[in-house]
Amino acid sequence: MIKLTVNGIVYEREVEPRLSLADFLRHELGLTGTHVGCEQGVCGACTVILNGDSVRSCLCFAVQADGAEIETVEGLGSIDNLSPLQKSFQEHHALQCGFCTPGMLMTGVDLLRKYPLATDEEIREGLSGNLCRCTGYQHVVRAIRAVVEAGNGD
Amino acid sequence: MEIEARPKMIGARVQRVEDPRMLTGHGRFIDDINLPRTLHIAFCRSDHGHARIAAIDSAEAAGMPGVAAVVTAADIEGLLQTVRATSTMANFHGTELPVLAMDKVRHVGEPIAAVLAESRYLAEDAAERIAVTYEALPTVIDPAAAAEPDAPLLHEEIGSNVLIERTFERGEVDAAMAAAPVRVGGHFRMHRKTPVAMENRGYLADYDQGRGSLTLHSTTQVPGIVRDTLVRMLDLPGNRLRVVAPDVGGGFGGKTALYREEVLVCVLARKFGRPVKWLSDRLEDLISTSQAFDEVVEAELACDDEGQILGLRADVIGDVGAYSGYPWSAAIEPVQVVSFLPGPYRVENYRGRVRGVATSKSPMGAYRGVGRPISTFVMERLIDMAAVKLSLDPLEMRRRNMVRAEEFPYKSASGIVWDRAGFLECLETACDGADYGALRRQQAAARQQGRWVGIGLASYVELTGLGSRIAVAPGMPVNTGTESATVRIDSTGAVTAYFGIASHGQGLETTLAQIVAEELGARLQDIEVLHGDSDAVAHGTGTYASRSAVLAGGAAIVSARAVREQVMKAASHLLEADAGDMDAANGEIFVKGTDRRLSFRELARAVYTEVNRLPRELREDIELEASNIYDPYFGTATPATHLAVVEVDPETFGVTVQRYVVADDCGRIINPLIADGQVHGGVAQGIGAALLEEVVYDDTGQILTASLMDYVVPTAVEIPAMEVFHLETELPNNIGGFRGLGEGGTIGAPAAIANAIADAVGHLNIDINELPMTPERLFRLVSQKEE
Repeated sequence: MIKLTVNGIVYEREVEPRLSLADFLRHELGLTGTHVGCEQGVCGACTVILNGDSVRSCLCFAVQADGAEIETVEGLGSIDNLSPLQKSFQEHHALQCGFCTPGMLMTGVDLLRKYPLATDEEIREGLSGNLCRCTGYQHVVRAIRAVVEAGNGD
Repeated sequence: MEIEARPKMIGARVQRVEDPRMLTGHGRFIDDINLPRTLHIAFCRSDHGHARIAAIDSAEAAGMPGVAAVVTAADIEGLLQTVRATSTMANFHGTELPVLAMDKVRHVGEPIAAVLAESRYLAEDAAERIAVTYEALPTVIDPAAAAEPDAPLLHEEIGSNVLIERTFERGEVDAAMAAAPVRVGGHFRMHRKTPVAMENRGYLADYDQGRGSLTLHSTTQVPGIVRDTLVRMLDLPGNRLRVVAPDVGGGFGGKTALYREEVLVCVLARKFGRPVKWLSDRLEDLISTSQAFDEVVEAELACDDEGQILGLRADVIGDVGAYSGYPWSAAIEPVQVVSFLPGPYRVENYRGRVRGVATSKSPMGAYRGVGRPISTFVMERLIDMAAVKLSLDPLEMRRRNMVRAEEFPYKSASGIVWDRAGFLECLETACDGADYGALRRQQAAARQQGRWVGIGLASYVELTGLGSRIAVAPGMPVNTGTESATVRIDSTGAVTAYFGIASHGQGLETTLAQIVAEELGARLQDIEVLHGDSDAVAHGTGTYASRSAVLAGGAAIVSARAVREQVMKAASHLLEADAGDMDAANGEIFVKGTDRRLSFRELARAVYTEVNRLPRELREDIELEASNIYDPYFGTATPATHLAVVEVDPETFGVTVQRYVVADDCGRIINPLIADGQVHGGVAQGIGAALLEEVVYDDTGQILTASLMDYVVPTAVEIPAMEVFHLETELPNNIGGFRGLGEGGTIGAPAAIANAIADAVGHLNIDINELPMTPERLFRLVSQKEE
């Protein structure tokens, strides 16, 4: 039995020890915004924020998240009220197929909270654990840059 | 009173309508669709490159908890018709594509048995317990060796591993080359790639026993092709087989083939009467999704002392892997290499010979650019090599040979007719945009400091938006030259537009809505674009070959105009005005210069529900719906020039791309944001192809790049900021004036990077004729030179 908080809601579930956190979020809680792209910790599509740090939910077992506080893409803004970063992604066309996007957003949120991101190189370095095959990253960098410059938080 | 201006939707920088759902985790991808009682598949796949299957022991697996069945080829015999890609080309040999391996396996990763279980976890547990006994056969890995008459055969019934052979010829190439004062040439090698869409492939089949109908949810780019093929294979009528592509996480050509797993889930859903789902993991993706760009090219270019091209000849071997994929066949990529090799240049004497050769590797299939990344790499290297030999600037060399405005329509050496497009204009725009003169001065200064900085140009022209005159794959039986659109205004005044294409990142829900909105005078938010569903229109194939804006956009215009005519007919009566005095904009029809106006909603109510508003004869004559097909016939030419600046680290031999400029002619732009995005993404994949990405098989047919740690795709750090310029040259004989631009980035980038590296190491006199140019390869080239 594990107990954890996801986007402010407390869940208690019995899980198999081998269930990944990504599969737990997707299949047990129905939070399908977190995507699974490689299950090898390379692509970053499954990135969530766990106790304040971005992590690969495919490399983490659900049982390891017992007692943790987790944020997923569903915890950012809503369709009618996008968060500043989500809004900036739309304005700058920072997504195409949308599959890597939840991971990009969660990494972006983590970067915006922790680092000054004074240069684009810093943003690129910070995004280097998230693969995107559609955008060539340029508009993603621009979208994050715009949020840094607006200075109103993520 | 001022005439009200109609806001232009085509060309507007509209934010995408797809985005809010994708940004909030509400996209609906294949693995987000869950049906009760679903059986999950895990495969037992071949770990041999070429072997006879002596025995399959699945007894233990079948008895494991949660396992419903283990299925091999013998278990599905008689449940489906076979599939085989065909072509009308001479010297083409199709291969049957077995859904599960029958008596032998021809590449590592070929599916042999499928476990069906209550969960994927349990299915994988059981798949590990299947024991296959193999009798190893000799593998064929090197395509040149595989083409030899004594090579071990993958398909004995064909009698050769050469699945396709073709030659394009014009003029007297041997005589022209023999007499030419300047000749350059080399042995060029592009290594195997794979698309790596971020979402792996996946399929979910649901069979309704009561109705005898089957729905396949598929990560496909081509729902129409899959439906039409499965109807034949499963002997179901088209109205009982529906193929739906939900939100699809990228494709890049890798999701345009009919896949064995896709067929199997359908067969098994019908056999077991339960939904059947299979999702590829990344390992499976890297060993079973289309692989591509694997060509060996011997090529030679001849020119006169002024740099005018006199002749070009090439011998190409394409490594097509173990099977001829369906529907594009083993011909699609190798033949494109020789048909596009002459590029945007005047080449009067040409011979391009190509062979597509089967090897013990995963089948070749479509990948962004198809053949043209290789043809452009080779031709643009030859152009630069000739320029070096002539001490001519590469820019000037291109200027002297590119087809000029007054020469259109120009028939290329391989028979492609290029109509008016900005060939030279792209070259000049890219160089002006980058300030080529200044770049050369900066390069000279860097060289003084001992830095290895290089500038590379690459020009090409591609055929996009192909119409019915030229098939996407040569001689194939599928019509790739038309697309359909249905535009309908319903009784609430809402507009729905139905298409046969299948957007999977291109933003077609937005761009096609922009087109319909402008043509109808409707508001963008009142238009719903439905796509990726074989039930949407009577015929359509899908999204591939840079065609959707041209073909679906064209069909949208034709249908929206037909509906607009009907709208005006009704409005003319309701507003008591001549159609010529009226216009429509922002969801309203109005009489110009007056305040008489009518919303689409009011109009729909008058036509459908308030039966006394229109005379009966008129009401029966009005249909607020139209279905039309658009066929651009020849298709459109999209030329471009790419310019790359790179620096090579003389210590590590790592290559850094410092600057990247693209100038393309994409015709009328529908949405500038999306146009830029398409180019950025294409260039990033081309940079990956040039520097990082390579599928590696060893001599025994084992694949060594089966994870994303080994098959390296670019991250944000390797990709530079790009500067993109779009020319919008008017397009003759094309309804929308759009040219396709989805693939171009990947076509130009490998060549531009190769030329830039060659320029950077020019002082060492090294040929850069192999891609990806990894630090290791570059180190070896430099070391060999120093020895």
